[in-house]
Amino acid sequence: MPGFGLGFGIIVTALSLVVLIPLAALVLKAAGAGPEEIWALATSPRVLSALRISFGLALLAAAVNVVFGLIIAWVLVRYDFLGRRIIDAAVDLPFALPTAVAGIALAALYAPNGWIGALLAPLGVKVGYTPAGILMALIFIGLPFVVRTVQPVLAEMEAELEEAAALLGASRWKTITGVILPPVLPAVLTGFTLAFARAVGEYGSVIFIAGNIPMVSEIAPLLIVIRLEQFDYAGAAVIGVVMLLLSFILILGLNLLQAALRRRLGHV
Amino acid sequence: MSAAPKSVPVVIEQASRQFGGFAALKGVSLTIEPGELVALLGPSGSGKTTLLRLIAGLDQADQGSILFDGVDADTLSLRDRRIGMVFQSYVLFRHMTVADNIAFGLRARPRATRPPDSEIRRRVGALLDLVQLPGLEARFPSQLSGGQRQRVALARALAIEPRVLLLDEPFGALDAKVRKDLRAWLRALHDQTGHTTLFVTHDQEEALELADRVAILNNGLLEQVGTPNAVYDHPATAFVCGFLGEANRIPVELRGGQAIFDGSPVFHAGANTSGSGALYVRPHHFHFDISGATGLNGQVETVRRHGAIQRAEVAVRGLARKLDVDILSAVAPAVGERVGLRITCGHIFAGT
Repeated sequence: MPGFGLGFGIIVTALSLVVLIPLAALVLKAAGAGPEEIWALATSPRVLSALRISFGLALLAAAVNVVFGLIIAWVLVRYDFLGRRIIDAAVDLPFALPTAVAGIALAALYAPNGWIGALLAPLGVKVGYTPAGILMALIFIGLPFVVRTVQPVLAEMEAELEEAAALLGASRWKTITGVILPPVLPAVLTGFTLAFARAVGEYGSVIFIAGNIPMVSEIAPLLIVIRLEQFDYAGAAVIGVVMLLLSFILILGLNLLQAALRRRLGHV
Repeated sequence: MSAAPKSVPVVIEQASRQFGGFAALKGVSLTIEPGELVALLGPSGSGKTTLLRLIAGLDQADQGSILFDGVDADTLSLRDRRIGMVFQSYVLFRHMTVADNIAFGLRARPRATRPPDSEIRRRVGALLDLVQLPGLEARFPSQLSGGQRQRVALARALAIEPRVLLLDEPFGALDAKVRKDLRAWLRALHDQTGHTTLFVTHDQEEALELADRVAILNNGLLEQVGTPNAVYDHPATAFVCGFLGEANRIPVELRGGQAIFDGSPVFHAGANTSGSGALYVRPHHFHFDISGATGLNGQVETVRRHGAIQRAEVAVRGLARKLDVDILSAVAPAVGERVGLRITCGHIFAGT
């Protein structure tokens, strides 16, 4: 292929400058701590708890976003209604909003004395300053990813597919699960992966609503910031590398799953 | 196929459908006999697809009713209508193999009436043989040509043993050569399976060649229904005459059993009508004749090749449009020559 050498060179250079060298520096910094110290830190209860909260809630938020993202994309593609364009544009707001603003807004709403929090408090439901609050923030920032990856695939789908299935005698449920969902599944998985990746690293919006109670509602990125503020750069780097490895394994797995799915669905 | 599908008559009574302020169908009545192949022919926007969708149950008529074997279709669910539908854009399930596409309708049945897997496999094989695509079970739609896809779509529709087969411009997306082949093939298939079949087309040649009867729609109204020969040779309206093949329109005065153009009689009008009217003449119904007493006089402007024959454009004084005239004699008139035209056959529509 003509131009391969040049193209490859540019990609490697750009990737190195933006991704590979900073990551290598991160690993190098972490290595400065010494193996025993690294292991002790990485397996300390507070770090493990934070990692569990960060990854667990990010996966959960991405799963919730798949459900709502699919429904929103479906409604935006299939129905024409007053204000459709406004809602379509509003989907992107979590992209554009500074995350701290989102966090403060959510905290104001869900705090025990906030508009929604005050309504929930008598029912014994606490959202603000709990893991549930973290989940709210992660859902908020991840939603556009699923909508925007699924929407074009749904738009491309012929409306007649549903009619064909119905005339062949398929129930509504069978039409959705057997005809409509399978072709969008790879896009759904892409959206899930993106929403998850975004949620795992999210900091700004979460810290305002999380309450940041160690072992309860403390996320891993916050631990990194705490270490940095204490000038413990090696410690911060260690937690960073652990997050990096976990994320890489998860995202690699998701991508492999997606590739297998595409092959099985006949997108040769 | 195992059981011969029971074909039912379809009766459409005064079906009307409005979209916003636009009347797509204005009271159409049509009866399709069991096992008959009827073409719904009309220009785009004539209401033919609207009518097909009403019959399929994909849309509801504002007024009128549709009866399947005497039963009001409104009382039947889509599944119970048992309609085999083929769309112009195939609408195959792209994530499924050919075999899974064809088996979809059988697998979608409630467990009690669902055939066992071995029977489904056998039927898929038989249907692929029927549509002349044996051995393609494991392919995906993306690996097939357009003509093959449409045949898979037909096999999928036939798999549910439909009582009525509806085809919406089935060959519209295919190129001319494939379309011609599939036309002959579909006719043979219909003779073999005998489904009550309604197919929509805007291609008059396709309709005339394929159908037992042709129903011509225009502006939401049925203009004429009849056998291909009947509608072609005896068009009921000026629209039908103009739409089925080419025709020259000559405004005439009807008087004393004659059609008079420019002061002289040009054609025997038959019925004793009077007033103004229009005479429609097909290009091959002119005869070059210099001595004739009845006829038109004009000047040959161009002579062009038109398939198997040559065609002249003849300018006639008093006619805004030049006449298209097929040259059926061995000797072609020269460009610029003055000629007489005798009309051997024509259709007169009074008051148009």
